[in-house]
Amino acid sequence: MHRIKLTDHLILILGVLFLLLPIWVVFASSTHRPETILNQGLQFWIGDYFLETYSAVLFDNTGFTQAVNAVLMLKNSLILGLGFSVGKILISTIAAYAIVYFRFPAGSFFFWIIFSSLLLPLEVRIIPSYEVVSKLGMLNSYTGLILPLIASATATFFFRQFYKSVPEEILEAARIDGAGPFRFFVDILLPLSKTMIAAIFIIMFVVGWNQYLWPILMTTDESYFTVVMGIKQILNDLEGNRIPQYNKALALSFLAMLPPVMVVLIFQRWFVKGLVESEK
Amino acid sequence: MKRQQFDSFTLPYLLIAPQLAIIFIFFVWPAAQAVYQSFMLEDPFGLASQFVGFDNFIEVVSNEHYARSAIFTAIFSGLVAFLSMAIALLLAVKADGILHGQSAYKIMLTWVYAVAPAVAGMMGVFLFDRSIGPLNHLFNATGWPFNPQLDVFDASVTVILVSVWKQISVNFIYFLAGLQSIPRAVREAALIDCRNGFRRFWTVTLPLLAPTGFFVLVINITYAFFETFGVIDTMTRGAPGGGTATLVYKVYQDGFLGADIGGSSAQSVILMILVLGLTIVQFRVIEKRIHY
Repeated sequence: MHRIKLTDHLILILGVLFLLLPIWVVFASSTHRPETILNQGLQFWIGDYFLETYSAVLFDNTGFTQAVNAVLMLKNSLILGLGFSVGKILISTIAAYAIVYFRFPAGSFFFWIIFSSLLLPLEVRIIPSYEVVSKLGMLNSYTGLILPLIASATATFFFRQFYKSVPEEILEAARIDGAGPFRFFVDILLPLSKTMIAAIFIIMFVVGWNQYLWPILMTTDESYFTVVMGIKQILNDLEGNRIPQYNKALALSFLAMLPPVMVVLIFQRWFVKGLVESEK
Repeated sequence: MKRQQFDSFTLPYLLIAPQLAIIFIFFVWPAAQAVYQSFMLEDPFGLASQFVGFDNFIEVVSNEHYARSAIFTAIFSGLVAFLSMAIALLLAVKADGILHGQSAYKIMLTWVYAVAPAVAGMMGVFLFDRSIGPLNHLFNATGWPFNPQLDVFDASVTVILVSVWKQISVNFIYFLAGLQSIPRAVREAALIDCRNGFRRFWTVTLPLLAPTGFFVLVINITYAFFETFGVIDTMTRGAPGGGTATLVYKVYQDGFLGADIGGSSAQSVILMILVLGLTIVQFRVIEKRIHY
């Protein structure tokens, strides 16, 4: 029995190493000088240039117009992540409320239109979506960045499932006490959905932050670059330099993953609950 | 459906309006555009276009690059889904079985969930780099003349490894939750009836985990199809010679970089039909075979 547990731990430790070692190597190497990396390869232990590299990446302007730095890109990613998650929650809580709690003739028809959007991710309709957004004059704007991404009904689906699991007696009781649709939603349903909202907020924040293809298409103006797409820019810069600035590119990759990872780790309990709920 | 509902003429429409508006503008309209353009041929300057029937589709389907991309997508998706699910299931079973340090493992194994596919791909670029990448050195040291720039197989290995790496965390979370939702009484009964741990897993745990497994499979196929775009775009851009371009990547390449709107739209429509078909299969065939 004891030996079995030992192999269990061994397998888990191997799994952890497989998942985390690459991240560690990226971080450790980013604290070295580019010459060290160029001559000796990626590093497995921390070097002496943490502050130097990271302050250069965060604050020094680079890019074609010499007007972007990581702080700006992180800000844009934050706007995208927050705008996406908040927008999605605002729209989907009320849409799901209409679908579950109201009797209206067109209801099930709308329901199917909304859920058909689950079938076709943005990736398969990128070019027409790009054309639509450009016709609406939304290229290089936060609206154009965020709104089309909201056009998928994932959150609406989650909330619909959740509302349906709310006991019917609650609505009955509320109606007997004279609560109308507005009161019921604000005073009863929303407080009940608190954990669910928090979980979806975390999941959607990560999804929004991690968007890559859409920001690439939408933004030609560097002041709208997000950090996840910014790493592609870095990749292009790498080839141009005499000594490739590996350290900076690695630092930017690390910075690009840090905020969503922190959010997920800090709110792990809620987020796992949300993910698992979505399965039902 | 709920029996108790509100009756109101305008309120539900008002509530659903924002969602519907966004879906119409950014989903229905572009999707309809894609279908329309898939039947049209646009001149190189984008000034005029004419109806060409199914020509775009015939051209796409008979194109040898497309066939190659379809085969690659099938192998790629199959391997990514299988490997990431198998590794995650192993880790979840082990994490479920131990008493000490479970939450520490959980935290460490969840970390990668939040890493963007594009960032994972970027990390892959460095780790597999010819001059600075430790994995490249490792492969070379084993006598494998590893060269993802020129060799399609080697390039496929890199994108598959990175895509699997990125997906293990999500699968782990679902599998662990699925395992922990198996009632204690069932587990204990199984423990008494069957001493062999492996057989117990095979005959009791796995069937009970089937609904979760099915759900995870769907997620993984969707992931391998669509979300790996970031991995491929940062690591190989479909190179060498289109050998690592998935169907989704090809839609982007042909339509956006190649400006072949008709062909790219036809590819989009084919993908839409494919996804639609997969969804129908998902609801009809496979779910019936899974015992709840």
